[in-house]
Amino acid sequence: MEVPQKGGFSFDLCRRNEMLVSKGLRSPSFLKTGTTIVGLIFQDGVILGADTRATEGPIVADKNCEKIHYMAPNIYCCGAGTAADTEAVTDMVSSQLKLHRYHTGRESRVVTALTLLKSHLFSYQGYVSAALVLGGVDVTGPHLHTIYPHGSTDTLPYATMGSGSLAAMAIFESKYREGMSRDEGIKLVAEAILSGVFNDLGSGSNVDICVITKGNTEYLRNHLSPNPRTYPQKGYTFSKKTEVLLTKITPLREIVPVIEGGDAMEE
Amino acid sequence: MTKQQANWSPYDNNGGTCVAVAGADYCVIAADTRMSTGYNILTRDYSKIIKLADKCVMASSGFQADVRALQKVLASRHLIYQHQHNKQMSCPAMGQLLSNTLYYKRFFPYYSFNVLGGLDNEGKGCVFTYDAVGSYERVGYSSQGSGSTLIMPFLDNQLKSPSPLLLPAKDAVTPLSESEAIDLVKTCFASATERDIYTGDKLEIVVLNAGGIRREEMDLRKD
Repeated sequence: MEVPQKGGFSFDLCRRNEMLVSKGLRSPSFLKTGTTIVGLIFQDGVILGADTRATEGPIVADKNCEKIHYMAPNIYCCGAGTAADTEAVTDMVSSQLKLHRYHTGRESRVVTALTLLKSHLFSYQGYVSAALVLGGVDVTGPHLHTIYPHGSTDTLPYATMGSGSLAAMAIFESKYREGMSRDEGIKLVAEAILSGVFNDLGSGSNVDICVITKGNTEYLRNHLSPNPRTYPQKGYTFSKKTEVLLTKITPLREIVPVIEGGDAMEE
Repeated sequence: MTKQQANWSPYDNNGGTCVAVAGADYCVIAADTRMSTGYNILTRDYSKIIKLADKCVMASSGFQADVRALQKVLASRHLIYQHQHNKQMSCPAMGQLLSNTLYYKRFFPYYSFNVLGGLDNEGKGCVFTYDAVGSYERVGYSSQGSGSTLIMPFLDNQLKSPSPLLLPAKDAVTPLSESEAIDLVKTCFASATERDIYTGDKLEIVVLNAGGIRREEMDLRKD
């Protein structure tokens, strides 16, 4: 009996894949973001921070990617894990929030985004590999949450995720205070991300920061760029290395359309 | 009943990249100074280059504990040679010794990816490249380690003849001057550092020529 696909994951090929792996097949790798992402609550709202390196195993695939995703004008989300998963899940929930805003006529709340994200991730049982730091300011005040790939969440005053989370959390645990000013908060977030950038091999390049307060959001893309390329100063020229050994031109046969009768399309 | 697999490995990979380029009367050997394990950095200041003889220098990436053990074996064998022959080992001789030493442990290999650089008996630059179990070849240039897949195509593009049909054939021993070769090597590492997470921190360059051995350093990206 033919049962139509209802979407979601199909595990039909798992047995075949296991057999292939046992025969020595290397399964294709996916783009993981490596990553250091952080968030903290300060006096007037929430500050989110992220590095900008995307890795594919030991190789840097993108030196300057964007890990702070837009959810709503007052809500942003940092993503670690599989890049495709974080992009897809944040885009999806962002659309859902917009429709919800039209429906209710109100500003989106952070707990709404949280519930939509966690229920989606839980229903995929951890197969959607997205670890998120969600932060925003709504009518009920500033909020900061972490969301794990299996769908569990935490509500915290400061949070870090990704391969560089330990390096960043070491900074937060030493220097975090409640009720910091905006400048102090930005400085601490930048310091935490830099700790990940220099001490974790999965994180690198630049520091992105997003400051969310009541009624205003500032997205500071590449707030710090402490890793410029300094060598070589002038570029490299590559001389033409291909040499033409033989030129042979074979003209194509002309294809002439043949119209028979004239009753090609009736009615 | 599937065979039980070991859940402990005697090996680890400390990352890093090595390059060597041979010239008409010099040899450039370079390696980065980052030592890492997994996603962590162990140290930013570790030398992977060692002088084995007056005219012979080796750079090795891979598992540094095995590299260190290999270096000690070669140093002790060289000392014995000096006692027996009353002279230093030549670079080609050391090349053969390294190959034999690696193959000796064919069934529990040194996890060490080596490039040997120096001057041969005529004073021309020579580079030998190895795999982990001792297969070696004299070449004009080579790279080993985590960044080698990024650097080798670039060196092929700059130093190798584009086609064997072209005459005169470009000799593997590069016609570049010493400073041009050093500039090439610096570019290789700066580029590999951009894309390989295990390469970075500092670049150590050793140059051998008729005047002796010289050492240079350059900063690389630290992220």
